[in-house]
Amino acid sequence: MATTVVLSSGTDWTVTVAAPRLVLHAIKRHYGPVIALDGAELSVRVGEVHALLGENGAGKSTLTKIAFGLERPDSGTMLIDGAQVTFRSPRDAMLRGIGMVQQHFALVGAMTVTENVMLGAHGNLNARATQDQIRRISDESGLPIDPKALVNELSVGAQQRLEIIKALARETRMLILDEPTAVLAPQEIDDLLSWTRRFANAGGTVVLIAHKLREVLSVADRVTVLRRGTTVLTADAASVTEAVLAEAMLGAAAVAMPETESTRIRAIYRAPVISLLNASASDEQGVLRLASTNLTAYASEILGVAAVEGSGQRELLRIMSGRLRPTQGTVQLPAQVGFVPEDRHRDAVILDATITENVALRGAGERRGIMSWSALQQTTTELMRARDVRGDDASAAMRTLSGGNQQKLVIGRELAMSPAALVVESPTRGLDIRATAEVHEALRRARDAGTAVVVYSTDLDEVLMLADRVIVVTAGQVREVPNERDVVGRAMLEAAT
Amino acid sequence: MMRRLARTLLELTLAVWISVVVLAALLTLSGYNASDALLALWRGAFGSWAVIASGTLVRATPLLFAGLAVAIAFRAGILNVGAEGQLIVGAAAATAVAVALPPSFGLFGVALALLAGVVFGGAWAAIAAVLRVRFGVLEVISTIMLNFIAMHATGFLVRGPLQEPSRIFPQSALIDQALRLPRLMPGTRLHAGVALAVITALALAWFLRATASGFRLRMTGANPDAARTAGLINVSRVTLSAFVVSGALAGLGGAVEVTGVTYALYENLSPGYGYTAIAVALLARLNPASAIGAAVVFGALQAGASAMQRDAQVPAVMVTVVEACVILVLLASEWVGDRAMVGRFLNRGGTPNALNASPDSPVRPT
Repeated sequence: MATTVVLSSGTDWTVTVAAPRLVLHAIKRHYGPVIALDGAELSVRVGEVHALLGENGAGKSTLTKIAFGLERPDSGTMLIDGAQVTFRSPRDAMLRGIGMVQQHFALVGAMTVTENVMLGAHGNLNARATQDQIRRISDESGLPIDPKALVNELSVGAQQRLEIIKALARETRMLILDEPTAVLAPQEIDDLLSWTRRFANAGGTVVLIAHKLREVLSVADRVTVLRRGTTVLTADAASVTEAVLAEAMLGAAAVAMPETESTRIRAIYRAPVISLLNASASDEQGVLRLASTNLTAYASEILGVAAVEGSGQRELLRIMSGRLRPTQGTVQLPAQVGFVPEDRHRDAVILDATITENVALRGAGERRGIMSWSALQQTTTELMRARDVRGDDASAAMRTLSGGNQQKLVIGRELAMSPAALVVESPTRGLDIRATAEVHEALRRARDAGTAVVVYSTDLDEVLMLADRVIVVTAGQVREVPNERDVVGRAMLEAAT
Repeated sequence: MMRRLARTLLELTLAVWISVVVLAALLTLSGYNASDALLALWRGAFGSWAVIASGTLVRATPLLFAGLAVAIAFRAGILNVGAEGQLIVGAAAATAVAVALPPSFGLFGVALALLAGVVFGGAWAAIAAVLRVRFGVLEVISTIMLNFIAMHATGFLVRGPLQEPSRIFPQSALIDQALRLPRLMPGTRLHAGVALAVITALALAWFLRATASGFRLRMTGANPDAARTAGLINVSRVTLSAFVVSGALAGLGGAVEVTGVTYALYENLSPGYGYTAIAVALLARLNPASAIGAAVVFGALQAGASAMQRDAQVPAVMVTVVEACVILVLLASEWVGDRAMVGRFLNRGGTPNALNASPDSPVRPT
């Protein structure tokens, strides 16, 4: 906000004082029993790029969704240009000049760029005028886009540019970008970050949610760090280092780790079970997700995988579990690899099928001839007893089991044929403390029985607690680091070098 | 288990009765004597052994084949609404073979004709199957369109290459006596195809329950993602083969109809068997064994409808109200919602697209 300062000489001088455009004060928000925000603070000035940092689950997305009217706070106040506001919907926010580009783009793939910009506009819709407007915005902002292109045919980076242009077409003065770099290739990241700089210099305001500290420090004016729903740091970017930010995000106190005993076991017997040799993977858009990786998982160890979302860890795990073929390089896998995917209801179980059928599902692609259901029923009953799966009998629908029992069954199923390797993604997501402990115990027992266990989790503490050896995946690169919380945390947040 | 069975039976009985009540109300509103009409319908369907054999069961046979085709497809997560077209193509292929063969082939010739029906019905479905698996084309649309093509292609065949020798009527030559399905009951039209349909239904029920392929088919239909990831099932291959088998079953139905009932190919050979088959499959809860009963119910309705028209002067189309009601009542009951297909169809939403950002960023509060 420009403040007019009248000097004694009588001349009017317009001095731009960095006045706050947006203030979020003492914001609280809970989802059921989970407290997402607990008195969070955020103050964003006109003409700055403001980075919002924090671990997964720290409350970054929730806070920005509140600022954009997608969520309403339980309590707390919000000021725009000094005036208190309440947003009932994103429409209210847009009318105040606030725009947001979410991680999942809100675009219609079968429509052109122009049509997407026209969507949600009001009054007289004129394709020609909109096209001219897009060309103008594109020229002014330096964000190249073809107004006539079909959105489906655009790269992810171009789709993101379209989202930004959409916001600019609605005269957005403050733009919230939720983890915009996660989906981009390195060159696209540079282009995007330099655009945010230009936008801010021209008097706009950017709130940038990000994971990678180096990126953040390269562009941001100021930084706010959230930890467990509370603001723990707000500072000028020039005055902080990566180390300071990492400490603020992860907490300074050393976390007490239960002693792992497996180093001992591993020293005795190190048989390689899964080997990746120069393995690379690209996604459908041809973006390289995993670059030329060499990695070995050994028998009798838990290999922990630490990564922020979108670093390539998902491709890595799917290659290691034999679910994805690398686009280049070779992978050596044992005949049997158990796999526990993150999205249980989508990828691991069939809720409408019986428990027995869900157990029989393992290896269903290889089965031949007649199914011996009575034997399978018995195996399943035994498996349920062995894994302490509480439920009706094995002929009940999978749906009747609680989440924890479903997960115990899935892990039991994947381990039933004593596979040489077990690959696990966020194994305790959505489980209560008791079920979590049981799942962890099952993984350790598998390790002690000689299985090579690979664990990735969005919860870093879980990875560190289970792992005998830790690898960090950043921007498709894999490297091994010591199992120490701050070392791992910092490595995760660094851009790959 | 028993309670679930009882509930299912109750629901099915309710569905049929609600439909009959609606039909009665409609008859009354239209100025007919509902009790006379319904009595005529009953007599026409179950009035005597001869009526049951020549009317109800003969009508039920193509409905059963097509119903099995629909059921097996729906169980695999394929909304094949093209049983009509596949049935017609099967009928045309069987006719072409049967009129071309010398009578000396006898039962072997009949078998060849039926085989032609199977092959061409399957091939017709394969078009939609490949379109779906390779290009993500919704099978609801492609199979409906293929129905029209099959219908008009038949119109061409019976006026062109397959027209009877005198070239007067738009129909094929009659299939020789020796190349027809044998009759089961003297004095009735009950033919061996009825038995074949029942055997096929029981075999399919066994296939789904007991074999590994049947298990893969069911799991793929229930949750293709889990089938692929947890079961390492080749989902495309399962979908493709289930689709082709579905078409083959409908094609066999058409082949049985020409070799057992009509003895010739003509336009409008099927009074919409392939569409009624959807009601048959739903009434049977997509269970092949139950489809036998469901096909008899609808076979009886169709046979009874003709009697109703004859004896009570009520237009036979009135009975289609019952078919529609059965579908609606069953769709309304949550059971169908539970069974993958409807929900899956709504969720599938066409082809995967790039707009869902990266596969690595599922929505979750950060």
